[in-house]
Amino acid sequence: MVKSIVIAGVGGQGTLFASKIISCAAQSKGYFVRTSETIGMAQRGGSVCGHIRIDSEELAPVIPSGHADMLIAFELAEAARQILKLAHGAQCVVNIDTIIPTNVALKKGKYLADEYLKALKSYFPNGVFISGGKLALEAGDARTLNIVLLGASVGAGALPFTEEEILEAIKSCLKPKLVEMNVKAFNLGMQEAKKLRNSNS
Amino acid sequence: MSKRICMGNEAIALGAIAAGVKVVTGYPGTPSTEIIETFVHEKNPNVNVQWSTNEKVALEVAAGAAYAGARAMVTMKQVGLNVASDPLMCLSYIGVEGGLVVAVADDPGPWSSQTEQDTRSFARHANLPVFDPSSPEEAYEMVQEAFNLSEEFKLPVILRPTTRVCHASATVRLKDDVKQITTLGFEKRPEWCIFPSLSYVKHGELEIKQNTLSNKFDTSIFNKIFKGSRKGIAVSGVSYLYLKEVIKEFNLDVSIFKIGTPYPLPAGLAEKFVSTVDSILVIEELDPIVEEQLLILAAGRIPIFGKNTDDTPYNGEFSFEVIKKALFGYLGIENKEEPKEELPQMPMRPPVLCGGCPHRASFYAAKIATKDFKKPIYCGDIGCYTLGNAAPLNMVDTCLCMGAGITVAQGLALAEPGTKCLAFIGDSTFFHTGIPGVINAVYNNTDITIVVLDNRTTAMTGCQPHPGTGKTAMGEPAKALDIEAILRACGVEEIYTVNPFDYSESVEVFKKAVSFNGPSAVIAKAPCITLIKMPPTVHRVNESCIGCLNCINELGCPAMTPNEKGFVVINESTCTDCGLCANVCPVDAIQRGERNG
Repeated sequence: MVKSIVIAGVGGQGTLFASKIISCAAQSKGYFVRTSETIGMAQRGGSVCGHIRIDSEELAPVIPSGHADMLIAFELAEAARQILKLAHGAQCVVNIDTIIPTNVALKKGKYLADEYLKALKSYFPNGVFISGGKLALEAGDARTLNIVLLGASVGAGALPFTEEEILEAIKSCLKPKLVEMNVKAFNLGMQEAKKLRNSNS
Repeated sequence: MSKRICMGNEAIALGAIAAGVKVVTGYPGTPSTEIIETFVHEKNPNVNVQWSTNEKVALEVAAGAAYAGARAMVTMKQVGLNVASDPLMCLSYIGVEGGLVVAVADDPGPWSSQTEQDTRSFARHANLPVFDPSSPEEAYEMVQEAFNLSEEFKLPVILRPTTRVCHASATVRLKDDVKQITTLGFEKRPEWCIFPSLSYVKHGELEIKQNTLSNKFDTSIFNKIFKGSRKGIAVSGVSYLYLKEVIKEFNLDVSIFKIGTPYPLPAGLAEKFVSTVDSILVIEELDPIVEEQLLILAAGRIPIFGKNTDDTPYNGEFSFEVIKKALFGYLGIENKEEPKEELPQMPMRPPVLCGGCPHRASFYAAKIATKDFKKPIYCGDIGCYTLGNAAPLNMVDTCLCMGAGITVAQGLALAEPGTKCLAFIGDSTFFHTGIPGVINAVYNNTDITIVVLDNRTTAMTGCQPHPGTGKTAMGEPAKALDIEAILRACGVEEIYTVNPFDYSESVEVFKKAVSFNGPSAVIAKAPCITLIKMPPTVHRVNESCIGCLNCINELGCPAMTPNEKGFVVINESTCTDCGLCANVCPVDAIQRGERNG
């Protein structure tokens, strides 16, 4: 079973909330859950990364290098940054849309988008790579990207939870007025991953 | 009993509620902030919760409540304890009646702090007992025990979680019932007033208490020996979980002394451990607190490895990898490092001021206004605006500690007369420790310009209210203190209040304030973008963009990036329509339009 999940992104993309939903789903199934989050200064547009460990009473909150079973990444370079955190044969669901860091825009660094995607595809031949931003907008708000990716993770069969279990967790963690839009985002992500899986098989 | 996934900070708050806490105070600071935020969400009618103006104030308010017999808790980050150290040191002599827990979150790494100081060292310095939780579930239990211990010994008790406890979550078994504590009220006694003659007596008593506390900790459920081989490991804090994972993965045979109360060390239990192992490796983040006490206790009988032998580092946080390396070295196992696989070079992504942040507008206006002065110096302070030090703004030349921008600026001005020194300080930091520095500048007539970046909140820690916001921690209406009126009352005569997004007005105001010979002030007032609703309009770059990138190179707004053709594109889901960029475009290519995304 997938036990150790890394969620990576850029501060402000909603990684914390995605982590909360997965934890909530795991807790509902009776598992002991540990998580570790980036909170504080890095949240202001910096690299952020959350760890979730399921059935983990005897484990540490931080996943050791090479020990993660799954990566959910909200941004291309942030996905590539986590490659060595993952075990061989791990699954990944990646939003390939890019957010160019300000220092790259200021020519103080390089953003090698093609190389990141190439590296990810070579490490994770069965990885799910989607362009999530437009799906989030289609759902009604760019900020639903986190839920799109959760949907894609379920659609790819990469999470140890069913569609109903994650939807239940989403509903229990959100204000009622936001549920409809987020369910739409979830479904769009799920369909996208299923579509990709069918076209690959 | 119910189960809930709790962040460590949440577990600490819920543990305090279960222990019958009545008064909770604190000042926001990563990684401690969510303790008080949990009380705010829980809305428990029996708990009086406040954000205090600073940590010294917070500790003193909590102490007063504990004098009257109430259970009280104060929360802060590690550097906050520096501010609160004056009352803390005296409280260890005076003591308390009701339980007083001082929850101080340490930040090994550091992730979000100026220092990596170890609060366990402070506990030893102040002769106060300290609990060092390894996990959120243990923190939940420890905080309850800390209240009991505080009342038994009539001393404040320190709870010292670290970032990986505070910001880790775990399944916690919560008690259903709340301990019923009756507050007896303040009893007038001469011992509440500290005088030299009393201090002498209290100091002696305090030293005796160190031994009784150590004995008490011998039977604490948080201190345990797990018997294995004659290779001993002593471990404190979150390192215990990393250690367990390493041992499990590599199936290692060692004896473990798990310490939840690193000061004072449970000497009886430690003696038992020392006598049953041939050597000890001490694993604890930051200072060698357990290690030094074990070195004294073992007195050369067995070797003690750790920081004194360079086997574990002083700085940085520990991890599975750090502990594996130390442990393998200790056990003589070859630590085979897997060959590092080649990966493309990753871009650095440091935190930045948000798109539309009013601080960017203030910094930029101040920069333009002072560009003709010889070497203007920009003193910064602690908050989001510290990020103004990054290129391209480069507007934070110094940053020391809370409130130090205003005072460091005065020292610089005295050392280099004629140099224009600007001191930027946030609204919450102004109330925290900014005001005495203002008074000092006025009293000594030092030529500095104080810039209060008033974004109406304590932004960096997640937008907590403060005395200027008109709201209490619980969201109740409060008197909103007027920063301009305070500056005036402190004697500053040259004061300008401006909206930083009014660019030309801001530049003018900064020019006037900086030109004034003597203490002057600018209050740049505009709300943090996390407090505003996104407007239906944005700024958009049209086809007249010449690709000069002046906007990006001047402002570094994260909502702006160049496209493949070299023209600038504004991200419409993060643009707040602040319009600052339109002021720096040489060809007027940035215009207001309807928002698409």
